Amino acid sequence: MKPAIDVVNVSKVYRRYARRKQFATLKSALLDGSLIGDLKPEETFPALRGVSFSVPKGCTYGVIGRNGSGKSTLLKCVAGITRPTEGRIHVDGRISALIELGAGFHPEISGRENIFINGIMLGLTKKEILRRFDEIVEFAEMRDFIDAPVKTYSSGMYMRLGFAVAIHVDPEVLLVDEVLAVGDQGFTHKCLDKFSEFRRRNKSILLVTHSLDLVEKFCDEAHWLDHGKTKGEGDPKRVVAAYVIDVEDSEENDLAKAESARVAASASAPATTTSEQEQVARNFSSAEAEGPENPVDDGPKDGFKSAEGRWGTREIEITGVSITGPDGEAGHVFQSGDAVQVRMEVKAGETITDFVFGLGLFNADGVCIYGTNTNLEEFQPTEITGEAVVTFTIDHLDLVEGTYRLDLAAHKADGYPYDYHRLLYTFRVKSRVRDVGIYRPDHKWSFAGGIKFQGGA
Amino acid sequence: MFQNLASLTRYRALIQTLVVRDLKARYRGSVLGFFWSFFNPALLLFIYTFVFTKVLPASHPKDMEPFALFMFCGILPWTWFSSSLLESSNTLIAGGNLIKKVLFPAEVLPIVTVLANMVHFFLGLPILAAFVLYYQRPVDPLELLWFPVIVLVQLVLTTGLALFLSALTVHFRDLKDLLGNLLTLWFFATPIIYSMEMAPSNMHWWLNLNPMTHLMRSYQEVLFFEGPLGHQRWLAALGVMSVVIFMAGYFVFDRLRDSFAEEV
Repeated sequence: MKPAIDVVNVSKVYRRYARRKQFATLKSALLDGSLIGDLKPEETFPALRGVSFSVPKGCTYGVIGRNGSGKSTLLKCVAGITRPTEGRIHVDGRISALIELGAGFHPEISGRENIFINGIMLGLTKKEILRRFDEIVEFAEMRDFIDAPVKTYSSGMYMRLGFAVAIHVDPEVLLVDEVLAVGDQGFTHKCLDKFSEFRRRNKSILLVTHSLDLVEKFCDEAHWLDHGKTKGEGDPKRVVAAYVIDVEDSEENDLAKAESARVAASASAPATTTSEQEQVARNFSSAEAEGPENPVDDGPKDGFKSAEGRWGTREIEITGVSITGPDGEAGHVFQSGDAVQVRMEVKAGETITDFVFGLGLFNADGVCIYGTNTNLEEFQPTEITGEAVVTFTIDHLDLVEGTYRLDLAAHKADGYPYDYHRLLYTFRVKSRVRDVGIYRPDHKWSFAGGIKFQGGA
Repeated sequence: MFQNLASLTRYRALIQTLVVRDLKARYRGSVLGFFWSFFNPALLLFIYTFVFTKVLPASHPKDMEPFALFMFCGILPWTWFSSSLLESSNTLIAGGNLIKKVLFPAEVLPIVTVLANMVHFFLGLPILAAFVLYYQRPVDPLELLWFPVIVLVQLVLTTGLALFLSALTVHFRDLKDLLGNLLTLWFFATPIIYSMEMAPSNMHWWLNLNPMTHLMRSYQEVLFFEGPLGHQRWLAALGVMSVVIFMAGYFVFDRLRDSFAEEV
């Protein structure tokens, strides 16, 4: 059987005209000589590179990939809005593209008239629209407002109406670009039901989305685009899993890059002057005075201390910090529950006898989740000389998914800072469970009596 | 190109709907609505009548009375022409959403602009007719048969230019402003507020080069001057030229078509 969509080795190159960034003028083109020369692209940007796939009839095909990976360009090429630079695309049957909902609605005229105009734009005849009119209005949940001018609609109403018209075109092939976020839960369900109905009637759907759940649950096949190239294709579960791992890796890289930039910037800051030291020391002692259970927290009330940065005299210097996961490799992305070690390499210029090492853990909102130091845990400092390593081990990182930041410090028992690293280190916790809050206690559900469940994480 | 041109007929329903939408939307929300289409040209005619009978009675030969009516014969179709071109130069950019996000035949947009302005032109005609009757101008019914022919020639010419301009403006945005000035010049280079006979005879050769001259003279012959139409040959030549301009305009449009979705 002929596939519904057949994409063969498609490339799309966008051109950038160097000279005509903002001031596209005929005059300058004429003055500078050849108009033709100016129209020649000086720089090109490949949005798609040799992408091939085919979608059988009745198949729902999901396209995933990061922002800028070429998903929308691919959809536009399939829809025929832009032409691929190379390659061939064949679509069998009528297409309806849910790319921009309500494109072509005229704000001044009523919803009723706009349904007709939009329908005709999408290739329906007047009669066909008339036959489906009630169904469209019902689907969009717009019965009361259908005769009001479209400019008075809320953006949700606008999108719903656009969606309703586009989906009632009754296409053989439906192209969907991330448009399921157009309504409340109920409307989203209605859209999904409509898609399921499409599938039952052996029509094909090409779905571009960031919602991996949707791809896993809904698609028969998935296609992963990365920088315009195919990076994975086939079983949705497998493709999505590979994609998720790749996203984590690149998050890891981004965090590492941002962190090293932050550390480098703060390292170049000179050691604190005496008056600042006193200031800092005062801050510390006042923090200590508030209560020992809160040794390094400062709260957002103190603007100076809540900003990230590094200060101290560097008599003891923290020269390197790494966070390692269960595999023993330094990283920035961990799974909830992982065993994690924070490793500090430190160096003392001369022998020092009064020292404390501390650690503070904050969530993205700046809330202190935990703070402790060697003094609070009653380690009596004897001496430190030369290079040394301090390791803080967390057996189970029982945190919910999110981004967290670390304070690390070496200071005197009275708070006098040797080297204070404020919020310089970031790591991310991933979790398969979408629970909420900050802390996930190690827990179990158990049920007794007439309760039945299936599944569970 | 010819294949695309042939598919234009498939868009009849679309074009028709969009023209109606344009006309509806234009006056939506205004109290007088469609009456503005009658009211605007009527007011214009009153002003010209006042100026040329009371303020500047000596501006024209005595055999050109009522001079306001003479001018009106040219100004109505000129307004169709000039506003079509001005609006169509912006129409692809204004309709960017359609071109970028929907599979939409772009040539429909300039064509709709020209047609919507043609409807406005038609709505001005009853005012013209009323004045022709009021002044009891002799109108030859046989000569009136030429009127649709002139309109058709103007339609083809205007559409060709509109296609050309709309496509080029996507790449050269300042064409729009250039065009506004050019049209003002063009207006005065066309015998609309003066007759061909009033122009110095050494200018005739130049005026004849202007395609709008022949359209305007044809309108004036049919609606204002007595006697049979004396301009058929020029009109026929212009008709041929209009078809050529239309084809050229469509050719340029078709060549640039693929760039619209990216450049708009």
